[in-house]
Amino acid sequence: MTTRRLVLSRSAALLGAASSGLLLPAHAQNSKIRIGLMLPYTGTFAQLGQACDNGFRMALEEKGNKLGGRDIEFFKVDDESEPSKGVENANKLVQRDKVDVLIGTVHSGVQMGIHKVARETGVLCIIPNAGMHAATRALCAPNVFRTSFTNSQPTLALGKAMMAKGHKKAVWITWKYAAGDEAGEGFKEGYLASGGTIVKELGLPFPNVEFQALLTEIASIKPDAVACFFSGGGAAKFIRDYAAAGLKGKIPLYGSGFLTEGLLDDELAPAAQGIMTTLHYSTSLATKRNDAFRLAYAKAFKMQPDVYAVQGYDAGQLLLQGAAAVKGDLSNKKALYAAMEAAVIDSPRGRWTMSKAHNPVQDMYLREVKGKENIVLGVAAKALSDSGAGCKLG
Amino acid sequence: MDLANFSIQLLNSVQYGLLLFLLAAGLTLIFGIMGVVNLAHGSFYMLGAYLAYALTGAWGNLALAVVVGTALSIALGWLLEKLLFRHFYHRSHLDQVLLTFGLIYIFEEVRSMLWGDDVHSVGIPEVLDWSIKLTDTLSYPAYRLFMLAICSALALGLWLLISKTKLGMKIRAGAFNSDMAQAMGVNIVRLHALVFAMGVALAALAGMLIAPLSSVYPYMGSQVLIMCFVVVVIGGIGSVRGALTAALLVGLVDTFGKVLLPQFASMLVYVLMALVLLYKPEGLFKQ
Repeated sequence: MTTRRLVLSRSAALLGAASSGLLLPAHAQNSKIRIGLMLPYTGTFAQLGQACDNGFRMALEEKGNKLGGRDIEFFKVDDESEPSKGVENANKLVQRDKVDVLIGTVHSGVQMGIHKVARETGVLCIIPNAGMHAATRALCAPNVFRTSFTNSQPTLALGKAMMAKGHKKAVWITWKYAAGDEAGEGFKEGYLASGGTIVKELGLPFPNVEFQALLTEIASIKPDAVACFFSGGGAAKFIRDYAAAGLKGKIPLYGSGFLTEGLLDDELAPAAQGIMTTLHYSTSLATKRNDAFRLAYAKAFKMQPDVYAVQGYDAGQLLLQGAAAVKGDLSNKKALYAAMEAAVIDSPRGRWTMSKAHNPVQDMYLREVKGKENIVLGVAAKALSDSGAGCKLG
Repeated sequence: MDLANFSIQLLNSVQYGLLLFLLAAGLTLIFGIMGVVNLAHGSFYMLGAYLAYALTGAWGNLALAVVVGTALSIALGWLLEKLLFRHFYHRSHLDQVLLTFGLIYIFEEVRSMLWGDDVHSVGIPEVLDWSIKLTDTLSYPAYRLFMLAICSALALGLWLLISKTKLGMKIRAGAFNSDMAQAMGVNIVRLHALVFAMGVALAALAGMLIAPLSSVYPYMGSQVLIMCFVVVVIGGIGSVRGALTAALLVGLVDTFGKVLLPQFASMLVYVLMALVLLYKPEGLFKQ
């Protein structure tokens, strides 16, 4: 009897200890790292979201799907590029799924929601696309990193390239909304600094695509060149209308790389020949690193990668480097952030580093549309950094 | 702005205005006669554009695509009227708004299932794929002139139909007082189906015509819908003549606003609407 009672009481004590966590190994070392992917999987930006997702997973896959030796677990939320649900969706990952790191997103409006949650909860956040200035300027945060660009970064490199071609007077045209204004800010800074004059700034409400009146105006002004920021469907229409209005071949067209990114199909390519853009990547970049990346990506996903896939891939690489430095203990935030700030990313786009405000310091390539590709003509700006104005980090 | 430039901008305004008219004519008729606030009107425009894309892709002939596409959209309009809208004529505007708002999502989802979320483009037919040289830097695309001609013809045809034919008389009577028209022997049920199908077809036709100029992309209807409502409100609800005047007016203000006052371009049209509402709360041509 006594032995049986003893066994019972000892078992009870054991159970108690177990439930209070005394006998369990420390949580952080053994459980899986929880990764939240908040990207647009449906809607207009679905392809961009999927490309980021593919690239990110590919980077982790290459290292055996482990972060600093720990296993990983994915949680996915479709943000639908819907800004009004940004905070709610980010909270689903942070509060409900308790993710250790949040990867997202594409749309700048949704990013504002994620950013709010990231700043409030302190969760590590890596932005694989959205270029809104605030995230790495006035509202920058120690726990928020970006592996893409700021909206003004690509256009900042345009001015020098245009002046080199002798285009001293230019018209700037874009959509009147945050991304367009920020891209305009970059263009103005770069072009004026290189000695150019902006003779007129034209704009139309986002995402209006009735360009005819503005093209007529451009034809009557006859500037040396036109610089613009448009993307997606609107960009395709702008390129087409520009050619149809007889401006192509007469007044050179320049733009941020998003003007031609992912749009050069059989229909559009003829109208787009000769357009010069600046961007931090081009699929045609002839480096061993890029070739290997393209081959591996095509094998894994049965499609060609684009700039969004590269940005997602680099988000994975950045996280890998950070996690390796702290041996998978993401709760050691100080060391983790320090490692991510010091990271050198060997990207398909070329090597890049982090600015103090947590935005890539990267080369901007000058590209020209030839056939159905953006052919790299050279580096338009070496190690270009965003000003990070208003950020007090570092 | 010199005279040549001014004339070209005038041409641009008229062309944009006439396209808006095609869209707004259906909307104003449906609202005026059936009293239905049709938020899904923009979806028909999008559907038209996608039909042009799909059918041209299949047959390689835009003209054929437009003919078949128009027939299909008439059928769709007739079917929707019979199955859905008919039951909402006497419901509150809130119910109608909910129905048509829901329809927008259904159409977008169908579009996504059928054609995906990609941006597509439709080639300009070869016969019209050239430009007329106007100044040494500017050419005017022949397709735009063609569209201008088609839209003018349609606007004229619609005006003749409404003001000169017996059917037009019935439509006007229906817009003025549908109960009375019915009492006078107008088959109002059939008239409703007809007007609705016509409205849908006009919107879809506008979409098909614009497809080669514009790209074809998701949610393209929501953008023009707002402009359509502005046109309908300025012109006076239910008035086709009002819609035409207002569409041309909006085209003018939008075009010259963009060029002369680029920083205020986005709001000029709404300022115009506010001014009209201030002095003529019922629109320019309230019947």
